[in-house]
Amino acid sequence: MYGTGIIKGLGVTLRHFIQTYVDDLRWAGKGGRYYNDEAFAVRQSTQGEGVMTVFYPEEKLPVPERFRFVPFLVTDDPPPGQRWGHDWCTSCGICAKVCPPQCIWIERGKLPNGRPKPEPVNFYIDIDICMNCGYCAEFCPFDAIKMDHDYELAGYDRTTAHIHDKARLSKPLSYWQEIAPKRAEAEEIGRQLAEAAKTKKKSEDDGPRAWPTRLPVNCPIAARSTKTPRVQRRRKGAKTPGRALLCVFAPLRLGVKFLWSTMTF
Amino acid sequence: MSDAILEPPATTEPEHDPTLTPAQEAIARLKALYPDVISDETREGYEGVVVYADSLPEVAKSLRDDLGFNYLSSVTGVDIIDEGKLEAVYHLYSINRGGGPVVLHVQVNREEPLIPSLVPVFRGAEFQEREAFDMFGIRFLGHPDLRRILTWDGFNGHPLRKDWREPFYEEEHKPFGSRWPEGEVFRAEEKTPYGKNVQYPAGWLPTGDEYDAETDVYLGLSYSRDATPGLKTDKVTVNMGPQHPSTHGVFRMVVTLDGETVIDLKPVMGYLHRNHEQIGERNTFIMNMPFTDRLDYLSGASNNLGYALTIEKLFGLSVPERAEWLRILTVELVRISNHLWALGFLLNDLGAFQTPMLYNYIERELLVDFFEALTGSRMMHNYMRFGGVAYDLPDDVRGIPTLKFLEDMIYTRLPRVLDQGDDLMTNNEIVRARAIGAGYLSAADAINLSTAGPLLRASGVPYDIRRAEPYSYYDHLDFDVAVRYNGDIYDRYLIRMDEMRQSLRILEQLLPHLRRTQGAPIIGDKPQYALRAPRGGEAYGRVENPKGELGYYVTARRRDGNPQRYHVRAPSFINLTALGPMCRGYKVADSVAILGSIDIVLGEVDR
Amino acid sequence: MTVANTGALTGDVAVPDELANNVFIGNIAKLLDPLYNWSRRNSVWPMAFGLACCAIEMICTASSRYDLARFGMEVFRATPRQADLMIISGTVTKKMVPTIVRLYNQMPEPRYVMSMGACASGGGPFKEGYNVVDGIDKFLPVDVYVPGCPPTPQALINGLIALQEKIDHQSIATAPWYNKKDPTAGIYPVPVLGPDLVDLRQLDLIRQEAAKRPVEDPVAAAEAQPTQPPDVEAAPKTVEPQ
Repeated sequence: MYGTGIIKGLGVTLRHFIQTYVDDLRWAGKGGRYYNDEAFAVRQSTQGEGVMTVFYPEEKLPVPERFRFVPFLVTDDPPPGQRWGHDWCTSCGICAKVCPPQCIWIERGKLPNGRPKPEPVNFYIDIDICMNCGYCAEFCPFDAIKMDHDYELAGYDRTTAHIHDKARLSKPLSYWQEIAPKRAEAEEIGRQLAEAAKTKKKSEDDGPRAWPTRLPVNCPIAARSTKTPRVQRRRKGAKTPGRALLCVFAPLRLGVKFLWSTMTF
Repeated sequence: MSDAILEPPATTEPEHDPTLTPAQEAIARLKALYPDVISDETREGYEGVVVYADSLPEVAKSLRDDLGFNYLSSVTGVDIIDEGKLEAVYHLYSINRGGGPVVLHVQVNREEPLIPSLVPVFRGAEFQEREAFDMFGIRFLGHPDLRRILTWDGFNGHPLRKDWREPFYEEEHKPFGSRWPEGEVFRAEEKTPYGKNVQYPAGWLPTGDEYDAETDVYLGLSYSRDATPGLKTDKVTVNMGPQHPSTHGVFRMVVTLDGETVIDLKPVMGYLHRNHEQIGERNTFIMNMPFTDRLDYLSGASNNLGYALTIEKLFGLSVPERAEWLRILTVELVRISNHLWALGFLLNDLGAFQTPMLYNYIERELLVDFFEALTGSRMMHNYMRFGGVAYDLPDDVRGIPTLKFLEDMIYTRLPRVLDQGDDLMTNNEIVRARAIGAGYLSAADAINLSTAGPLLRASGVPYDIRRAEPYSYYDHLDFDVAVRYNGDIYDRYLIRMDEMRQSLRILEQLLPHLRRTQGAPIIGDKPQYALRAPRGGEAYGRVENPKGELGYYVTARRRDGNPQRYHVRAPSFINLTALGPMCRGYKVADSVAILGSIDIVLGEVDR
Repeated sequence: MTVANTGALTGDVAVPDELANNVFIGNIAKLLDPLYNWSRRNSVWPMAFGLACCAIEMICTASSRYDLARFGMEVFRATPRQADLMIISGTVTKKMVPTIVRLYNQMPEPRYVMSMGACASGGGPFKEGYNVVDGIDKFLPVDVYVPGCPPTPQALINGLIALQEKIDHQSIATAPWYNKKDPTAGIYPVPVLGPDLVDLRQLDLIRQEAAKRPVEDPVAAAEAQPTQPPDVEAAPKTVEPQ
């Protein structure tokens, strides 16, 4: 019969119309369908029936742990009385090198003698270029850059607000543990394992040589190893590349110095 | 429809050599037929043959008619600046026999790049040749309407030539040296005199002629007064777009109307031309992955897969088992989510304003939730890596264990929404009256116009890359290639419903594999941020995207960290070649629905 | 509106003594602003105008789950003449920007522009591309920027709420559209496409730069001789078919 298709279709809309009210009744005794955390969780999942609207400013749809919005830098939790904790970033530059739209600028620190210092003086991210791909967080060997969950960044001005500098980017570790507890825990375990493996390897390797003690006095890395207590902080991991480099470059430098002195002589 | 196309040509059938692939066999026969104009490809890592430019149409015609390679998939240019040459690369496939491509390379002098057009043989080459002209300045002789397509008439230079530089040019390749270690932040516009992303040729002064840039569009329309008796009406040329609610984005149709009947229709595009390929050639290999998300932004993971396959082909990487299952899982879910979206919009165009769309969104939102939990982003998945995938399944999605969530979706919710769509729309009299018989495309035309995906299969050509040239684990999976035979809007609607059902079938088969391989590795090696091509050469990878055949053509030199040429064969773009022929003779209101039934995404059309 | 110029809106008007009991002296703007702003903020009709990826999230925001109707914003108008808000939802390309500026000029005041996503704000990941405009604010005044690539629907609603807050703080006494001295104020010159995008406000700068850089090719130099520089107000030469 002509018209049955339309009637059938109208039946579908009617079903949708009624469904929400049926669900309303289901939740009537349990605190109602709206503004109720339990009902909200069900409404937004595969178990939900009827209207699934999120009443945004009042109810917020939680974002998953892997959610990626603009990146931020992880620091140690600031010690009492201080505003910033220690940066985890060693300014190795991998994030800047892998960033597809090249929105990361890093100014690497310098020691008085001109050698690179493994921490950033400045760290900028232009969020007008950032594509939230998450590569920086994925490839960072020190877990020092992570993707934020804070998407509420709307503003009236971009010239001043949209290039995030180091102060704006830095957030303490506790923040990361709060927004992504499972991942933060897994990373912590991974770091501890790596640390344990490294210490084990070092104790096997070193033996009587113990070469770090013979490093130049002004070497900051060696110096810090004696000063900072051995805690389960991942800054430790950052030392090894520096040491390895010194291991290669220190003799080279000596050699060049020697050659230079002979030539001038 | 023409049945002749579907039947294998009688001349070639008995002579197949089982030891050779169809492409190898065709090349061997081609060499025998044209010994003088065809030479072997001698460069490392290249496949196919080099054809002498003047003989190209002849060779292509022979491939089409005698050897069964009747589908011209991709046409692109390459700038070989070291040798002072421009190259055009053609990928032809056999619809009847499937398998790999016959690749034709045509090299011409960079100063005077003249190549005979293939449009008389394959009409599907029309837009692609225009693109190659726009980007490289290769002039295709005999092309009916050789104008710029992505940039505008009057644009200065050919941007994909290696010696052309954009206003914000920093370095030839990323990563840029200014970012680290002395990264002093700047905005690129601060460094240009105009404070904008513009540059003008030396000494150029504004003359006022710039306003005339549009006239060529109208000159391209072909219409004349007919001599038939009856009421003579004026022809009117109407612009639909670039801002028009029916054009699915910033797309423009220049329509010539006689009354309400479409006499001629020219798509005008480039309003979202985001220089994907040019940026892609500056990028390192891995940097292109998130950019591919933004091609067909409704099916991010599927675009990722095509690119990952291409680079894996180039690099010779293999993928662990669980990663393959995860890839198929995401790609098929993306297909469903894309088709839900496409059908919502198609029905919107047909007058079912919003209702089916809103119902489909409910399920799409849940799929998007899954992608957000899996990959971290709702649309821009950036999920595939070379040799695997980025993440394993999350523990839970919206508070429900992931596998339970998938089961709910695959066994309950998605079949329900498909049935609901059937109830709501499939037998609706208005939809049938509008859609049946409108926008007819015959099988022969569909092939000749290089259409792909649902558009091709709705015209009765059962060609699906998942079966014709299987990738990933599709050859282990049981599903049917959806095909419909009437080639009208209604069949294009139905075929998307069919495809979603087939995708559900695939997904049902995936779940046991996902359970079985839990905890297995998802990527071969730890992904490297600075990958270098182990070999030079070219690779062409293609996948059956929800929109059609998505192909990536990548060439690289040995030890290079970035592609030398990076080309995307975008299904939406090439499917639009068929828009004009499909709309001709129908009413202007139909043209909106016909465009909806092609299902384009402008990010992919314009790249 | 001319009343604004007399000071009646702000209330500082000298009233002759004999009329003092017959007129209302007060800040009309203060009285009317809440009403004006309340009605405006709750009926911001966006233009159905999707540019790129962000448009998909914009449509999602308008549909089942996020339901812009809660803010009175679900009425997506296809014509600029009925729209109050232009959401620049995606990459603005050079080929598209003349159209966008023209559409903006066609919108009736009061009108707002929201730049949604990284691309519209500053070019986004495609900024380095030759066909991409590095920020729509180079051509139009933007009221709210919503960062993200793409912003999630909730981020977009956050931006819309920011826009509502901005409307709340506007006053009919100071809003640019109620006390226009120049009738052409608020009409932005539509850029034209030459060898590259030409912003008509920069013609002088372009000439200066051209003088700095000599022409290498004598033939091109002959062609590049200026005939008649285009005027800001000049109408396009070709008549576009409607």
